[in-house]
Amino acid sequence: MILVPRVAPLTPIPGRVTRRPRSRRPCVPSTSAPAGVPPGLPVADRGTARALTLQGLTKVYRGGVEALRGVDLEVEAGDFFALLGPNGAGKTTAIAIVCALVRRTGGRVAVFGHDLDRDWAEARASIGLMPQEHNFNVWEPVVEILVNQAGYYGVPRREAYARAESLLDELGLWDRRRDQARSLSGGMKRRLMLARALVHRPRLLILDEPTAGVDIEVRRSIWGLLRRVNAGGTTIILTTHYLEEAESLCRNLAIIHRGTIVAHSAMGDILRRLHRETFVLSLRQPLGEAPALPGYTLRWLDPHTVEADVEQAQGVNGLFEGLSKLGIEVASLRNKVNRLEEVFMRLVDGQPGPG
Amino acid sequence: MGARASWLAFQTILIKEVLRFLRIWVQTLVPPAVTTALYFLIFGQLIGAQLAPVEGVRYVDYIAPGVILMAVITNAYSNVVSSFFSSKYQRYVEELLIAPVPSGVVLAGYVAGGVLRGLAVAAVVSAVSLPFADLSVRSWPVSLAALVLTATLFSIAGFVNAVFARSFDDISVVPTFVLTPLTYLGGVFFSVSMLPHPWRDLSLLNPILYMVSAFRHGTIGAGDVSLASAFAITGAFTLALGAFALWVLGRGFGLKG
Repeated sequence: MILVPRVAPLTPIPGRVTRRPRSRRPCVPSTSAPAGVPPGLPVADRGTARALTLQGLTKVYRGGVEALRGVDLEVEAGDFFALLGPNGAGKTTAIAIVCALVRRTGGRVAVFGHDLDRDWAEARASIGLMPQEHNFNVWEPVVEILVNQAGYYGVPRREAYARAESLLDELGLWDRRRDQARSLSGGMKRRLMLARALVHRPRLLILDEPTAGVDIEVRRSIWGLLRRVNAGGTTIILTTHYLEEAESLCRNLAIIHRGTIVAHSAMGDILRRLHRETFVLSLRQPLGEAPALPGYTLRWLDPHTVEADVEQAQGVNGLFEGLSKLGIEVASLRNKVNRLEEVFMRLVDGQPGPG
Repeated sequence: MGARASWLAFQTILIKEVLRFLRIWVQTLVPPAVTTALYFLIFGQLIGAQLAPVEGVRYVDYIAPGVILMAVITNAYSNVVSSFFSSKYQRYVEELLIAPVPSGVVLAGYVAGGVLRGLAVAAVVSAVSLPFADLSVRSWPVSLAALVLTATLFSIAGFVNAVFARSFDDISVVPTFVLTPLTYLGGVFFSVSMLPHPWRDLSLLNPILYMVSAFRHGTIGAGDVSLASAFAITGAFTLALGAFALWVLGRGFGLKG
């Protein structure tokens, strides 16, 4: 594992009052790493192996509920991968199986080529999980939670403290390190769980709804941190209900629905499958009705807002030109719904795929 | 996971467990001291003073090893059952289930925590007994071996109870309806030779009798059964229950969906 010194200044996470003493040595000496990877964060080797392989994964719970019906999935090492799906689709079950929290009914799991049954120790040592719900000892001091986590992975106690302090500093929890975890706010608890998932420097980081319930400022900070972790070579698998989060962070994705993978491709490819997008246009001058523009469908929402459907072949340039010829000046435009959300809804609603 | 990593994981669990019971010392170390003082006051001083010597020693001196061992049994058991069940209840047991920690290391860490609490309580309770009883030790190795073996056995029992427990009721049922009666009937306050037939023979089916006897051999130099059979039976129970605990942990009973 390659460790690096701080190269670029970090965006501070809100909520921090004071920093730890500057004299404290960074917990990670270093030789080389991508710029911007801060000390304390994992810097994994970029390997050619697949980070995760699921083959024919099935899970039938007691009572006959089929949570997974033969899931095949491959995540490349170094990827930032989104695993999306509606509630009850099987995302959390799949993650729990990978993390050895749930026994699978059938199929095979390999983490960086290590079979989860045969090479279970190597496979599990590679994984860091930030689960959806809080699962730490609320009576324990914050720093102890991280130190214990590192200890379970064979990190000596002194080094575990150094790593924990560095991560707590990065995540704005340094001042709360001696407090019992129960006293943290919801957003702080999410950050603590992220720190815990990172403290043993996993090569595969699995995040189940990492930013659920945190404010937008903290969410953006966490996004920045995750980008830096991924830039350091750590493979990240993200499940989220915030599809703009997946679109913003991830390069590849799979959509799981009713226990099967219904889409698995690069983020760009799946977004290009959208044949039509709907834009909301803010106008400088008020209009009494929707303008008539040949080839486009426009709907009047209020005097300063219209909605336009734009086919992929048309593009927005034609729309602007047409409106300009009519003397209508557009102040701004935005997608009516997130593009990924639109694809997602079409796939999981059982409608024909956009492609 | 290599031997060093396993050792560090064991250390981590053990330190966590010890810090846990030290952090709440008012709940873990003080109550046995109070209870024991009451036992010595009532059974030793008030009632015991009226009784004839047992096995050649004063009644209060005879019950002292049993009372100490009773505290060890209760505390070793409750330490592990409450700690491991809490980790299930709050779901932070998942930290260990995800980590590459072998089942044996998890079990050993929790059991070692229970044993240390048992020994800490034994020290506290022994100190409390000093004003009331003449706490002589005939053999330190036998006494310590009996204490450690008993604490180990009941720590494992607490672990198994926690694995299968689904509610806080489930972790109080065994101590209330199994452990306490067996302890009281296990020769803590009497010698089984004082019992009429068939109770004397039935008492020999009680595993706690063998542990109390082993400890009594180490302290006052007498017991209801021979030292060899006391250790053999206690050791056999420990090995059998330990193997069962490892098996259930490996299979993930009560822990994995």
